[in-house]
Amino acid sequence: MVSNLIISAQNLDLTFQTNDGPVHALKDVSLEIGKGEFVSFIGPSGCGKTTFLRCIAGLEQPTGGQISVNGMTPDEARKARAYGYVFQAAGLYPWRTIGGNIKLPLEIMGFSKAEQAERVARVMDLVDLSGFQKKFPWQLSGGMQQRASIARALAFDADILLMDEPFGALDEIVRDHLNEQLLALWARTEKTIGFVTHSIPEAVYLSTKIVVMSPRPGRITDVIDSPLPRERPLDIRDSKEFIEIAHRVRDGLRAGHQDDV
Amino acid sequence: MFKRSVLPVLTVLGVIMALWYAACIPMNSAWTIQQLERSGETMTVSEHIADTWAQERPRLPAPHQVAAELWDTTVMKKITSKKSLIYHGWITLSATLLGFGIGTTLGVLLAVGIVHSRAMDMSVMPWAIVSQTIPIIAIAPMIIVVLYSIGVQGMLPKAIISAYLSFFPVVVGMVKGLRSPDAMQLDLLRTYSANKSQSFWKLRLPASVPYLFASLKIGVAASLVGAIVGELPTGAVRGLGARLLAGSYYGQTIQIWSALFAAAILAAGLVALIGLLERVTLRRMGERP
Amino acid sequence: MIHVVGALILWGLGWMLNARLANGPRANTRAVQIAVPVIFGATILLIWELIVRGLSVPLVILPPPSMIATTFANSLPILWADFVQTFVKGALSGFVIGGVAAFLLAIVVDRYDFLRRGLLPVGNFMAALPIVGTAPILVMWFGFDWQSKAAVVVVMVFFPILVNTVAGLRDTSDIQRDLMRTYGASYGQTLFKLRLPAAMPFIFNGLKIATTLALVGAIVAEFFGSPTRGMGFRISTSVGQLALDMVWAEIVVAALAGSFFYGAIALCEKGVTFWHPSQRS
Repeated sequence: MVSNLIISAQNLDLTFQTNDGPVHALKDVSLEIGKGEFVSFIGPSGCGKTTFLRCIAGLEQPTGGQISVNGMTPDEARKARAYGYVFQAAGLYPWRTIGGNIKLPLEIMGFSKAEQAERVARVMDLVDLSGFQKKFPWQLSGGMQQRASIARALAFDADILLMDEPFGALDEIVRDHLNEQLLALWARTEKTIGFVTHSIPEAVYLSTKIVVMSPRPGRITDVIDSPLPRERPLDIRDSKEFIEIAHRVRDGLRAGHQDDV
Repeated sequence: MFKRSVLPVLTVLGVIMALWYAACIPMNSAWTIQQLERSGETMTVSEHIADTWAQERPRLPAPHQVAAELWDTTVMKKITSKKSLIYHGWITLSATLLGFGIGTTLGVLLAVGIVHSRAMDMSVMPWAIVSQTIPIIAIAPMIIVVLYSIGVQGMLPKAIISAYLSFFPVVVGMVKGLRSPDAMQLDLLRTYSANKSQSFWKLRLPASVPYLFASLKIGVAASLVGAIVGELPTGAVRGLGARLLAGSYYGQTIQIWSALFAAAILAAGLVALIGLLERVTLRRMGERP
Repeated sequence: MIHVVGALILWGLGWMLNARLANGPRANTRAVQIAVPVIFGATILLIWELIVRGLSVPLVILPPPSMIATTFANSLPILWADFVQTFVKGALSGFVIGGVAAFLLAIVVDRYDFLRRGLLPVGNFMAALPIVGTAPILVMWFGFDWQSKAAVVVVMVFFPILVNTVAGLRDTSDIQRDLMRTYGASYGQTLFKLRLPAAMPFIFNGLKIATTLALVGAIVAEFFGSPTRGMGFRISTSVGQLALDMVWAEIVVAALAGSFFYGAIALCEKGVTFWHPSQRS
């Protein structure tokens, strides 16, 4: 059987040493993500969801356990440019045009000028920003900047897309719109997506698998395989199945909160 | 904590010292060789090196020579002696402090005026900003000589130079500080029907304190430079600037270096004092750094 | 006496005019914003002229602006030679050498954290010292001509540019640095594509401070010894001869040189850091 596993974590542990003592950011986290899945990580602050994403990205080093990405260590995967990362803030360079910003990873990775131009045009079309190549970031709205950031992450055709609360700073209408676009994008490009969010409806709407986490120490309390079909219009959020899954997520979050209350 | 900040600084200082000692050798060698040629003697390498570190008028004094001269002219001399660096330092310092005090007071007053009068703001502020790009120290010799010719000499002319060198940085910094409260804060006071004077004392002035201290540090350093430069034109014999000048006229390099170090220590001390004042003031105002 | 009365009336008129303009409906236009300080400056000049002539102030104390203007116009060759000696040869060359050296050291310091933690406190300390005091030493080493003045300028501009450049190279957000890591970018790629462009506002801040320091350094260094040329030289000798009109003429040259130098750097800054919020408002 051909392994469909892209990301595999076993008993992952991460303890930070801070001025106030050790912080157990991740404890005994085990998870497997297959190719083409859309996995959401949801939980309150301090539950380790961002930390886990960063471990996959090779931006943090776990202090215990194993994790492999595409069969390599995360660091090797990072150097092999296996994934694109989208941060909470767009982080576009104000001294480059939008086109120039999307070219940034392509320049670093050594694509030819012709290839760069072709890729920029293609991904800008994917996120519906064609025509804005020569604009500067401050001339765009927050939603558009974040779309440019996503385009940048797609430009070099990595199989994996890691997104850390990318729509958190945007208002609800824009957020709905971007959620729809993201799903359409995912359908077209068939990437494996890891998505961190605070919002229960967003997690349930977007994912094939929802990972519920809780803090102190950061751990997984529930993994929900979503029965919803891959094709989802926005009003699926009013359906019975959707609300059931959302309830299950909420229960999982509450269970993790017992220690606080 | 020690490892993070003190150790790197000590290492850098140590390397600078080592480089300094090493540089003395080639810089002072010419003189050593000249002396040897005259007397016909020879020296071993280590004697040669030791000589470059112990000349009377070296091109580059060694650190211990400067330190010895500093010690000699401060601790080992009576304060009233004409050779005491403390005496000369005090001459320069008194002019600096007087000028700094005048410049700062006038600067703050003008800043208050600028913030409260649109006419003053639009007339004067552009000139204050432009003055920062002009080397106003070029006026110093003229001020000294003109005042000298009408009988005003000694500390006052130097203080005037110090005053106008610190004046403009204080004006610009204080205006920035008085204008720093954001629109939200000012609106809040308007809801209380506060008048301009109340807004000034309760909001603008406290908000300007950090900016004021930043300008004071720049201003005091500029005032010191002003006082030193003020001692040059009339060939004064008292003060650190005078010592620098005398040293350069008579080729007394160790004297120049020790005067320079005394000025540097004075500058560092003044800035540190203001920094201390800043920390105490901000702490009393509730800021816990 | 009539001159003094005239001067007072002029002061009142000028002030009223400016008050009208500043508080009037057109106060926010560029025209008014330029007119008000110009009127203020012109009023000061006129008052100066009137009071000096009216009170018969001796020329060796304070010459009137009209006389300064005449001297200026008549001494253009001398003033130009002084300008070239002090500004072009002394200040400008020192500025370039000191700036480049500080910039290169800043990049090295940025690379090695230990060096940064050791050198930056020392650099901040040195930037606050009266560096003009090194002038006699540098004259002794480099001679009377422009080289010693350039050396003084190098020492004066070095630390402000170093400190500002290092601060600028560090002014990148965690997100931007992480993004570079996700691309597997090398140190050099991160330096040229992220840190250097991001550092530009800080670098230009340092350069602007350095323009004034350069001119001050070159002029003051000439007070300690100079060949028979240069703005500092001309000022100190003219002061000695009580030829104050020449002194003022040189001060005008110094002022023009200072504002021109600063303005040129500010213009470059506008071009390079067009993206920075301070340039866009």
